[in-house]
Amino acid sequence: MRTLTFANRNLKEIIRDPLNLIFGLGFPLILLLLLSAIQANIPVSLFEVEHLTPGITVFGLSFMTLFSATLISKDRNSAFFSRLYTTPLTAFDFILGYTLPILPVSVIQSVVCYIAAIILGLKVNINIIYAILFIIPISLLYVAMGLLFGSFLSDKQVGGICGALLTNLTAWMSGIWFDLDSVGGVFKKISYLFPFVHAVELERSVLKGSFDGTFNHLLWVLCYAVGLIFIAILVFLRQMKKQ
Amino acid sequence: MIAIKTENLTKKYKDIIAVDNLCLTVKKGELFSLLGVNGAGKTTTIKMLSCLTEATNGNAFLNGKSIKTQKNEVKKIISLSPQETAIAQNLTVKENLELICGIYKYKKEEIKSKINDLTVLLGLCDVINKKAGKLSGGYKRRLSIALSLISEPEILFLDEPTLGLDVLSRSDLWDIIRSLKGKITIILTTHYMEEAEALSDRIGIMKNGSLISEGTSEEIKAIGKNDNFEQAFINIVRGNI
Repeated sequence: MRTLTFANRNLKEIIRDPLNLIFGLGFPLILLLLLSAIQANIPVSLFEVEHLTPGITVFGLSFMTLFSATLISKDRNSAFFSRLYTTPLTAFDFILGYTLPILPVSVIQSVVCYIAAIILGLKVNINIIYAILFIIPISLLYVAMGLLFGSFLSDKQVGGICGALLTNLTAWMSGIWFDLDSVGGVFKKISYLFPFVHAVELERSVLKGSFDGTFNHLLWVLCYAVGLIFIAILVFLRQMKKQ
Repeated sequence: MIAIKTENLTKKYKDIIAVDNLCLTVKKGELFSLLGVNGAGKTTTIKMLSCLTEATNGNAFLNGKSIKTQKNEVKKIISLSPQETAIAQNLTVKENLELICGIYKYKKEEIKSKINDLTVLLGLCDVINKKAGKLSGGYKRRLSIALSLISEPEILFLDEPTLGLDVLSRSDLWDIIRSLKGKITIILTTHYMEEAEALSDRIGIMKNGSLISEGTSEEIKAIGKNDNFEQAFINIVRGNI
């Protein structure tokens, strides 16, 4: 009850910020439309809608990290947080309260992207539902990063780390905008040590309906998600005690 | 009956002693003001009493409950209105009140009646559906205090509640604080001498983390050897007594 009340407040704070709506929903949609338009004129297999959409849905999640980290960081430095600390809210309430609202927002973002993709010619089938469902474990990864960065960075630093660095890491190391095979070498090897490319390939394979390798990609994503959630909780609790 | 009793309460930050062996007693229903120049230790004292920061040494008992060993019990009987306006900016006034009601697990009917009572008491009826971030400074402070009152605290900490407000808003808030006197034990910190003089039952003056003087406004004037409260305060703090 307490957790849901707090989560509800956090959801409202996120969706009532127009910038969040622009970046969370608008930006992935614009990218989808723009790259589909490019693909229509200069055919590139990477930008075919069935290949591009899973990547865009994962890329969009990097904004979820930005939203949650910004909210947590701003809260941490606000008098409102001091007030909340004096209430019966527990550390568990705080952590779940910041985590829960991101999950439905991530799913909605994914649904909107797939609706746009269907309008752009994506074939409607059951795999779209599966792809949307698989967004949930992937969004846990991005939520964990939000919780982690928001716990120790200032809101300005969050803008730099999550807004610039993370979105670029997600973009470059995921094979969304260019094929990692075309770069190859060390870059490709390093990219496969991070979870971003696994998240994109997980979504692509689920949408294709070929579940080969899905478990391997899911395992990478979940290991990173669980590890980061664990670290994020430790850092959050440490900050809570310190404050 | 005693509401707050501190026993050698001390807070050290590395080499700095923010609060030094504070021994203080506040009676139930009393409005006790803590005065002092910047860095005197007023806010640190409030933070320790409201369990926001741990005391380095000593202890304090709030209605008999220790801030060291019974934090959760203490949290149930206190409320804090921090120095800065402590509200959720993107929520409406009503949503802010509902949020705190939800945190204290009140039932729907209770929430409705609490919101109704508090909006009337704090004069928030006209702005109930406005976003908190868009309110004037005075209304934000009122909302902040309303949020502190939701849990019907036995002890309320008001940390510079009228800081930065215009004369009318301050006067309105004074009326609200006066209306709470006797019902709740209130610890108030302020830099406004006239505020402390007008509202307080007793006043404590802090300097360098220590309580250097304590009493009613008349007693403080007598200690400071001046009929003007502000001048008496200056005399006490400067040691011209």
